[in-house]
Amino acid sequence: MAFYVVQFLTGLASAASLFLVASGLSIIFGVTRIVNFAHGAFYMIGAYVAFTLTERLSGAFGFWGAIVIAAFAVALIGVLVEMVLLRRIYHAPELFQLLATFGLTLMVEDLVVLIWGPDDLVGRRAPGFKGAIDFFGQNIPSYDLFLIVLGPVVLGILWLLFQRTRWGVLVRAATQDRDMVAALGVNQKWLFTSVFAVGVFLAALGGALQIPRDAVHHAMDLRIIVEVFVVVVIGGLGSIIGAFVAAVLVSELNAFGILIFPKISIILVFLVMAAVLIVRPWGLFGRPEAPARKTPGLTVNPWRPLTSNERLAALAALVIAATLPLFAGNYALTVGSEIAISVIFAVSLHFLMSVGGLASFGHAAYFGLGAYGVAFLAKMAGLPMIVCLLLGPLLGCMGAAVFGFFAVQLSGVYFAMLTLAFAQIVWSIAFQWVSVTGGDNGILGVWPSSWAASPSHFYWLSLGVAALVTIALRAMVFSPFGYALRATRDSLLRSEAVGINAKRIQWTAFVIAGTTAGIGGALFAYLKGSVFPDNLGISLSVDALVMVLLGGVETVSGAVIGAIVYKALNIWLVSQTDLSKLVLGGFIVLIVVVFPKGIVGMLEMLAHRRGKTSPPGSPLLAKPIESAE
Amino acid sequence: MRAKNYFVGAAFALLASGMAHSALAQDIKIGEINSYSLLPAFTEPYRKGWQLAVEEINAAGGINGKKLIVVSKDDGGKPADAQTAANELVSSEGVAMLTGTFLSNIGLAVSDFANQKKVFFLAAEPLTDAVTWSKGNKYTFRLRPSNYMQAAMLVEAASKLPAKRWATIAPNYEYGQSAVAVFKKLMSEKRPDIQWVDEQWPPQGKIDAGPVVQAVAAANPEAILNVTFGADLVKLVREGNTRGLFKGREVVSFLTGEPEYLDPLKEETPEGWIVTGYPWYSIKTPEHDAFLKAYQAKYNDYPRLGSIVGYQTIKSAAAILAKANSTDPEKLIAAAEGLSMPSPFGEITFRKIDHQSTLGAYVGKTALKDGKGVMVDSVYKKGADYLPSDAEVEKLRPKD
Amino acid sequence: MSVAPPLLAVEGLTKSYGGVHAVRGVSFSLRAGEILALIGPNGAGKSTCFDMLNGQNRPDSGHVRLLGEDTTGRKPREIWRMGVGRTFQITATFATMTVRENVQVALISHGKQLYNLWGSAPNFDRGEAGRLLELVGMGGYADRPCGELAYGDLKRLELAVALANQPKLLLMDEPTAGMAPRERVDLMRLTAQIAREKSIGVLFTEHDMDVVFEHADRIIVLNRGTLIAEGSPAEVRGNPQVQAVYLGEGLLYEAGHREGASA
Repeated sequence: MAFYVVQFLTGLASAASLFLVASGLSIIFGVTRIVNFAHGAFYMIGAYVAFTLTERLSGAFGFWGAIVIAAFAVALIGVLVEMVLLRRIYHAPELFQLLATFGLTLMVEDLVVLIWGPDDLVGRRAPGFKGAIDFFGQNIPSYDLFLIVLGPVVLGILWLLFQRTRWGVLVRAATQDRDMVAALGVNQKWLFTSVFAVGVFLAALGGALQIPRDAVHHAMDLRIIVEVFVVVVIGGLGSIIGAFVAAVLVSELNAFGILIFPKISIILVFLVMAAVLIVRPWGLFGRPEAPARKTPGLTVNPWRPLTSNERLAALAALVIAATLPLFAGNYALTVGSEIAISVIFAVSLHFLMSVGGLASFGHAAYFGLGAYGVAFLAKMAGLPMIVCLLLGPLLGCMGAAVFGFFAVQLSGVYFAMLTLAFAQIVWSIAFQWVSVTGGDNGILGVWPSSWAASPSHFYWLSLGVAALVTIALRAMVFSPFGYALRATRDSLLRSEAVGINAKRIQWTAFVIAGTTAGIGGALFAYLKGSVFPDNLGISLSVDALVMVLLGGVETVSGAVIGAIVYKALNIWLVSQTDLSKLVLGGFIVLIVVVFPKGIVGMLEMLAHRRGKTSPPGSPLLAKPIESAE
Repeated sequence: MRAKNYFVGAAFALLASGMAHSALAQDIKIGEINSYSLLPAFTEPYRKGWQLAVEEINAAGGINGKKLIVVSKDDGGKPADAQTAANELVSSEGVAMLTGTFLSNIGLAVSDFANQKKVFFLAAEPLTDAVTWSKGNKYTFRLRPSNYMQAAMLVEAASKLPAKRWATIAPNYEYGQSAVAVFKKLMSEKRPDIQWVDEQWPPQGKIDAGPVVQAVAAANPEAILNVTFGADLVKLVREGNTRGLFKGREVVSFLTGEPEYLDPLKEETPEGWIVTGYPWYSIKTPEHDAFLKAYQAKYNDYPRLGSIVGYQTIKSAAAILAKANSTDPEKLIAAAEGLSMPSPFGEITFRKIDHQSTLGAYVGKTALKDGKGVMVDSVYKKGADYLPSDAEVEKLRPKD
Repeated sequence: MSVAPPLLAVEGLTKSYGGVHAVRGVSFSLRAGEILALIGPNGAGKSTCFDMLNGQNRPDSGHVRLLGEDTTGRKPREIWRMGVGRTFQITATFATMTVRENVQVALISHGKQLYNLWGSAPNFDRGEAGRLLELVGMGGYADRPCGELAYGDLKRLELAVALANQPKLLLMDEPTAGMAPRERVDLMRLTAQIAREKSIGVLFTEHDMDVVFEHADRIIVLNRGTLIAEGSPAEVRGNPQVQAVYLGEGLLYEAGHREGASA
């Protein structure tokens, strides 16, 4: 019995730091609607700064002072980030802020190594909390007890802050209805900045408090960020109590999960999140979101099919691309193939995200399933390449059909998180079910048949499939189905009122996008000759999001350009420098600030500006103001 | 779709960058790939090691008079990116062979690439047995002692312990699973009397150390096998120390004696663990002294195990290239099979039967000295002594 | 003997939230080509009642019959398929699509082409889309992005969209809310004209008594969830119960007065 009590208390201790970080993320999202991907980075910087300070400052006061100073210092960095970067892009399309914070995260991961060196750092133990306390023969670390007390104390302080101060009232009001706060004449700028600062403070404090328990290292951010998202979503976005309850739930699940299901504890959390979202789409303590007053896009230019001149130009570009093997070497051709596959992946997400308004955070799952489909068929059934290429994507299709059915019941961030959960479940299975998938070591030897083996042939194959897929999806955008899908994105209410079964339309789109991603994955397996769990990992899902956002989420052809630019740049940078994350992150941040509508969005805006000069004809000027309300 | 124009633009950029690197014909180029950005703690000393080797080789007149150049690429910890890099090295840089890699999956990906493209590959650090056995191929050789070899070395020491009740803690992915499997198998062969009372499989990189320590303690084992490393190890050790998990229990641990893993633990280093590792401070052989002196002179830093691996990887590559006197992969393979050469750990041989080198490892016990973790009572275990019989190896390895 | 069922028959519609009766035993019917106004003070249950007709809300008891067929508890999209068009109090349109595309979406749905992946939507029933837009006076706006339209134009567009499935019944929730007086009159005249020409039944809720008394053939009045009066504009205006309900708001008097003055 004592064992279970101690196990429970251990879970509570883990919950405390998780809660700190999660509550910060939740507050930031609640008020600013920013999905702050950099939250893990702030947590990590908090730990690094606290490490440096605790090594410098001596004694108990030094230690605790260092923790608090570190949190304040990082909050200050947060303020800087908010004022310099985020303020510029609050009015950019939804999720564009995610791109900015993702860029920041990349930069921070390299920066901490440059500043603090590559080694894992193990900091001091907390003065006064070094040992353990005996509980009926079981040892409880006294620092755990400290954390167990700290969690509710922070919760209490936050509660008081939100209930008893004017600032708190404003924050709560803004969480429920942003427009209302604007209407109250509150200086929204400073409200956002202060909220961001508080959120970052909590993240950094959570990181700093890890010093006595954990090693400080440059991958800390990724270890926590996903778990924190899970906590926030289970608890309900914007709910502090929810974050607390969910942090406890997740931590206890981990603590007891390892006793019952030692091998699948990592999946357990995502299963619970998926279950919660399916039963309670707004999390345990969340509130159904009021239907968005502005549609995601409010496109500058109405989408239209290509004119015949543009079609010719596209064809010409394709023909030129097809001549690459005449003058380029094998490496360039293989890179060309990889870029073409990225285009397939990006346009498949674009179809779901831009056309359907459903931003998936787990799109790599279907890409990877396509790749694994090919690998299973080729290695286990020994089928020829052409059959594998045709049938492999069906695994992506089936995955999309099953997961999509549940995912489309939700929308917005909750949809994103459910897709993330599904992707993580698939990834965990691939990673841990070694006997079937080969686990981390993957499935090797999936090489193309001789007809496609040469780099030029494979390049033509990839280019051809990419062109077909792009044309097909583009045609679908302008098909009756595409109109119906856009209709569900723009107004669920209206589409239901004209007889459209929105969920079924969205589900169909999800399956189409998943299958298409699977086609990309199938080609990718043959390009690389192997399949690894990486092919369904979070970082690949994020890559896809970045490609779409970079090109311009409100445009039809943005994904194509975004994929080419991002992938080419990525490959080039990785080849040229060990600091590729720093440079790439910097580039993304720059793009976000300079081209808030993405590359193609920016080009369209310029073309539009040149075409029309009279004010009434330039809604692109009017829109940002309107959506800025 | 103006989009497609970017294809061409990107292609030109790639071509241009390829040309810029073209080297003089009398140079010999080796392509090197590792997870520099993902695992800097391990790859930085490794890089220093191979850079030292390149310097020494060229100072001694290069390879049969030709200057050695190492072209190094980052793989970001992703197998797919490692393959792109391998492709660039082979297709654009025209390297004579590929070397490097740290993570097992990346080692396998590059090995498979080498096999497909018929390129010689000397894997430096990946530990998985698959590299030389179940997924071994003609073109791939490996320097570092494999998972199996390290397990066998540890089992030798572990089987002498009186403990009968054993628990295991290992990260839940291929490396952890196969390390535990091999250890259990070899251990049970030597000690049919032991019992496995608990196994913990924390997710790699995400150990929730408190509950894991509690759960292991609850099973009340007499001895524990640990396979976690890096930040997971730090958390496990800290929780274990605080909760008294290691008190009165024997612990056998993979890799923990390597400075990369041992040094961060500082005063938290648990004492008396049986570990594999690299006690650079207590190795007193002329070969190692020479290496240590050169390394410290160049970098004003002490070597980690990665330094040894990086150094010996390029030294081995150079020896193979020198003997083959050609960059033809078939000739390189012929030269490498059965080739013996000196190393800071003494003479090593690349076995013909499975292309595994006989580089060994040190097995010793952890101890705390002046607030730092060290290995004591270390003994060098020659790799050749911890490999299965040739008959078994032949069964494990696919026929070429 | 067989009597053709009325277009819309509502019987004993009841809905309560946590013990509070929002709507209690409301019954009425509507003939083809008739324009029926549903009025009542704030909180009378108009919206609840309306939402139970269009499928947004499910009644606790009672029935809604459309041309004799029971539609109680059906989903909005199913009710639309039976020939019911609707407009919203706050316009709901597809903001990123053009005016024509908005109508085309409805036409695509009506033509059961929603899952047609290969056809050309821009050319889908262009003629019919154009006719519908002409009908509501939006012919010149077909290629404008919907997000650019003035509010009154959005209302017209909604009307065009609502007419796309050749409805037998139009449900209009506060059709003139948020419009300038001049636009209100235009929109309701247009609606009435179309309804009479095509013999469409119209049920609308409305706050503006000018609109109600000018355009409704018949009026039903809700108060506290129950139907308190039903009849022609003149009958309703003279009903003392209705007057009592509206006392203090002054609306009814004012409306009647103004209508009288203009007559």
